[in-house]
Amino acid sequence: MIPIAFDYVRPTTIPEAVAALVASGEDGKILAGGQSLMPVLRLRMAAPSVVIDCSEIADLQGVRDDGNSIVIGAGTTHHDVMNSPIVKEHSPLLAMATATVADPAIRHRGTLGGALAHADPAGDLPAVALALDGVLSVTGPNGSRDIAAADFFTDYFTTSMAEDEILVSVTLPKLGAGWGYHYEKFQRTAQGWAIVGVAAAVHRSNGNITAARIGLTNMAPSPVRASSVETALSGADATVKAVGDAAASAADGTRATSDLHAAADYREHLARVITKRAVLTAGGI
Amino acid sequence: MTDTLPDKLETLSPMGRPLRRKEDARLLHGQTNWTDNIQLPGTVYMAILRSPMAHARITHLDVTPALSEPHVVAAYSAKELGDLNGAVPCVWPVTDDMQAPAFPALAVDKVRHVGDCVAVVLATDRNAAYDALDAIEIDYDQLPAVIDLESALQPGATLVHDGADSPGTNECYTYHLPGTGIPYDEAKTKADVVVKRRFINQRLIPAFMEPRAVVASPMGVSNEMTVWSSTQIPHILRVLLALVTGLPENSLRIIAPDVGGGFGGKLQIYREEILAVQIARQLGRPVKWTETRSENMVATHHGRGQVQDIEIAATKNGKLLGMKVNLLADMGAYLQIITPGTPLLGMFMYPGIYKMDAYDFNCIGVFTNKTPTDAYRGAGRPESTYAMERIMDELAAELNMDPMELRKKNWINHEDFPYATIAGLVYDTGNYEAATDKAMEMFDYDSLRAEQQRRRASGDPVQLGIGISTFTEMCGLAPSRTLGALKYVAGGWEHCTIRMLPTGKVELITGTSPHGQGHETAWSQIAADILGVGVDDIEVIHSDTGRAPYGMDTYGSRSLAVGGQAIKKAAERLIEKARVIAAHQLECSVDDLEYVGGAFRVKGDAEKAQPLAAVAFEAFSAHNLPDGVEPTLQAESTVDPQDFSYPHGTHLAAVEVDTETGKTTLRTYVCVDDVGVQVNPMIVEGQVHGGLAQGIAQAMYEGVEYDEDGNLLTASLADYLVPSAADLPSFTTSTTETPSTTNPLGTKGVGEAGTIASTPAIINAIVDALRPMGVTDVQMPASPQRVWRTLQEAKGGNA
Ligand SMILES: Cc1cc2nc3c(=O)[nH]c(=O)nc-3n(C[C@H](O)[C@H](O)[C@H](O)COP(=O)(O)OP(=O)(O)OC[C@H]3O[C@@H](n4cnc5c(N)ncnc54)[C@H](O)[C@@H]3O)c2cc1C
Repeated sequence: MIPIAFDYVRPTTIPEAVAALVASGEDGKILAGGQSLMPVLRLRMAAPSVVIDCSEIADLQGVRDDGNSIVIGAGTTHHDVMNSPIVKEHSPLLAMATATVADPAIRHRGTLGGALAHADPAGDLPAVALALDGVLSVTGPNGSRDIAAADFFTDYFTTSMAEDEILVSVTLPKLGAGWGYHYEKFQRTAQGWAIVGVAAAVHRSNGNITAARIGLTNMAPSPVRASSVETALSGADATVKAVGDAAASAADGTRATSDLHAAADYREHLARVITKRAVLTAGGI
Repeated sequence: MTDTLPDKLETLSPMGRPLRRKEDARLLHGQTNWTDNIQLPGTVYMAILRSPMAHARITHLDVTPALSEPHVVAAYSAKELGDLNGAVPCVWPVTDDMQAPAFPALAVDKVRHVGDCVAVVLATDRNAAYDALDAIEIDYDQLPAVIDLESALQPGATLVHDGADSPGTNECYTYHLPGTGIPYDEAKTKADVVVKRRFINQRLIPAFMEPRAVVASPMGVSNEMTVWSSTQIPHILRVLLALVTGLPENSLRIIAPDVGGGFGGKLQIYREEILAVQIARQLGRPVKWTETRSENMVATHHGRGQVQDIEIAATKNGKLLGMKVNLLADMGAYLQIITPGTPLLGMFMYPGIYKMDAYDFNCIGVFTNKTPTDAYRGAGRPESTYAMERIMDELAAELNMDPMELRKKNWINHEDFPYATIAGLVYDTGNYEAATDKAMEMFDYDSLRAEQQRRRASGDPVQLGIGISTFTEMCGLAPSRTLGALKYVAGGWEHCTIRMLPTGKVELITGTSPHGQGHETAWSQIAADILGVGVDDIEVIHSDTGRAPYGMDTYGSRSLAVGGQAIKKAAERLIEKARVIAAHQLECSVDDLEYVGGAFRVKGDAEKAQPLAAVAFEAFSAHNLPDGVEPTLQAESTVDPQDFSYPHGTHLAAVEVDTETGKTTLRTYVCVDDVGVQVNPMIVEGQVHGGLAQGIAQAMYEGVEYDEDGNLLTASLADYLVPSAADLPSFTTSTTETPSTTNPLGTKGVGEAGTIASTPAIINAIVDALRPMGVTDVQMPASPQRVWRTLQEAKGGNA
């Protein structure tokens, strides 16, 4: 289809972008990589009066090492994220999950910030940000604030950002020594969206699992932590049996939905199977 | 010296060589003319208002508000279009009493499927045309939608067509084909085993890469209406557009520029083509329309859509006695070009490669409130092959026999050819043993079976399954008399004209209409071989009724099997004419001349020779031609094929099924196809690869889903899953070469073989993996969820 006509601006600084957003009233839309926004516009599911293209804002780009954490500009493309030496070293789970997003063409345009701001329940990266206790920095007309990933994703395609705020960067604590990680994505085609995805980071010492962080993709309107699995794993034996037992509760507290590709009960079943696999791989068991 | 010539010629011959495709450079470098690239001055763009409902009465429709929108030039509903609202024709009335409801280009009073065309807006700007659709006033009174085929036939069912001339049923036709043997019920009395299955051959969307597009310009050369269309059938379209619009056929010129895929989906005359021509005519300016992908999903015809009740009877030793087929075929809301005939293209092929004493085929065409169905790669034969190859596996399981052993026991042996089948065809040649032996060796069948045993014994959560499909198909549509007997209104011949220009270059004018198949290269190879000129000296002209006036176009794997014959004959005729001229020039008799290496040579006198190009110049200058010989060097041929050709092959698939998630991974795919003589093995391989991908797609990924209100749920490529190379393994393909005897080149078709063969191989493999757990069928597409549920149900049943 063809989008409804809109105005187009391309600011080069964050304040200019915020100003454009404020000026548009409730009617402006930020454009990052356009990989989610353009389909929505073409299907006429949204009709913003102005599209604010943020791809030329230098301050939204790039990855930097910030001591105990890494900071990724919201406008950094998936391709740049997954190939960044800093990300690969300190947040390899994000690199791995990003590599499962769509295909190379889309990864060259789509951005981390766009994926998080879009908050698609089937998107792979929100669950990773959640599992890693990421912090999202946003800027609006009243200044900047930080939002914990756990408070950022609120519902289907909905975040706690205000209409006039822009996502600027994502801060992820570094995974230190002893952590293993894995992103297990269950999809119907190689380049398709996740039916269920599991982002797992597992810390081991002396044959035990000491801590686990598990984020689930597409098991609720927004990403969820598999808290009961995390609790059960903490201090558990690093054995297939123990992990299997813990993963049996992976669907607890989720709110899986039914769609063309999977009914809720099948998703719940997958969450258990995939969580087990993800934890086993992450824990090197 | 003459002794060495044949050898040299042998090495020079382009036939059978994997030459790179001439057309690819322009296709890959974006230097083509897709229909959407054509920009004519004064063009108006058409946007179409489509029904959001599957079945509704239009209670109010007013297009006039759209006229005041920016850039809008005109707007039409059926009312404004009046007499110009031409009807989409169906050229295959399969029975005398077939229900053939009117199918006007713009819906009148009622809409019958989501995507049905209701009104159009024409604007000088494409986007403005789409925007203006919102201004059209329309109210619908929704009616219950007819979706399920069996319910559609129940008395009292809602009628898709309920006009004054409606026969009061959703049945379109009933067709019965008795086999040539004894009655099925008689054969069945001798049976030890009867296996019955219901298979669902789901609807598919052709999903070609280039969406449809049409440009109709009333400002052609002289009085011409020129129509560019992304079509497979420019020639047939010309005849049909003339009949539908009343425009004189000789004033219609149809051009199919480079066309980006069709798979049968562009073997059609579409309502958008009719609308573009009629409106261009009325407005006196070019009209252009390009389909969006969203429109494509609801408005380009779908394929398949059958409920197949299959019964097969056999002795306990595995000898087939007979087969009975009862089909319900989903026509969709209207009949398009060959909608009713498509399921019947399969009716001769249910018995496949097997011998049996009895066969009985019945098909009921059913109207539903869905997009019309029509030909899609294989058209009828994938459905029949699927049913037959699936039930052979079920019979083998019932008999506790290896499925390949069962096939060997029943197939037609190579010494039995030509073989008259129980369905009434005569298969000319084939060698199922050779293809199977080769495939089994490449596949390493025995060690895969051993691995399967190991996995079963150890209770591996990932089970291995092996699937077989030993298929044949009929292609090379078709002897015109046969088509006539089947009530198809057109013929099946093909045409070729070859012109040698005074400079020695060759124009080969074909009536086939390639849309990705590589005809420009393959046709050049055939002609170059006979003419003794370089492949690059030949320009293949096609798909433009102004330059290539005669033809029956490209579908049904016919272009080489039928069109190739015309090329061969025309090339030979050209050489014969040239021989007469050369003999005159060389002052000898025609019998003294041999034609080798691109030149006529006087036998026994190597010095006396005349190259073909020199003859062409003589024919052009005409200064010294023999009496009675007309100037110019050209020849033509129109060939009606003597019979179909019957490619066959053995396809073997190994799949891993994750029993914990239901996910199937295709591990190995081996196929050996026998497509007769190969003009270009690289093109053959490409056709097989693409065909396999589409057949595997039906088995594992693709399937049209409607909800009970008739909304298309798989309305985008995010939901209708077309697999990509990333989803498929490296195929291991090979061939055997048993020449067809129904055409002088010995070729068979290859365009559809991979699609026809592969679907049952995959499902057989999945069922084979899970059979010990009680699974006897998995509905297509075998999505992880479906496989998982099937397993749960089978486990529940066993408990
Ligand atoms: C075919 C296809 C397959 C895909 N498959 C996957 C997949 O498997 N997994 C997956 O995770 N994703 C997938 N995606 C989505 C992809 O990851 C997108 O890139 C991502 O969802 C959006 O990023 P973007 O930069 O393109 O954002 P855009 O499309 O430009 O924007 C998306 C939304 O976010 C808002 N937005 C963007 N940036 C900001 C910002 N800085 N501040 C505030 N709001 C902002 C926009 O206003 C818009 O509402 C797929 C996309 C396509 C087209």
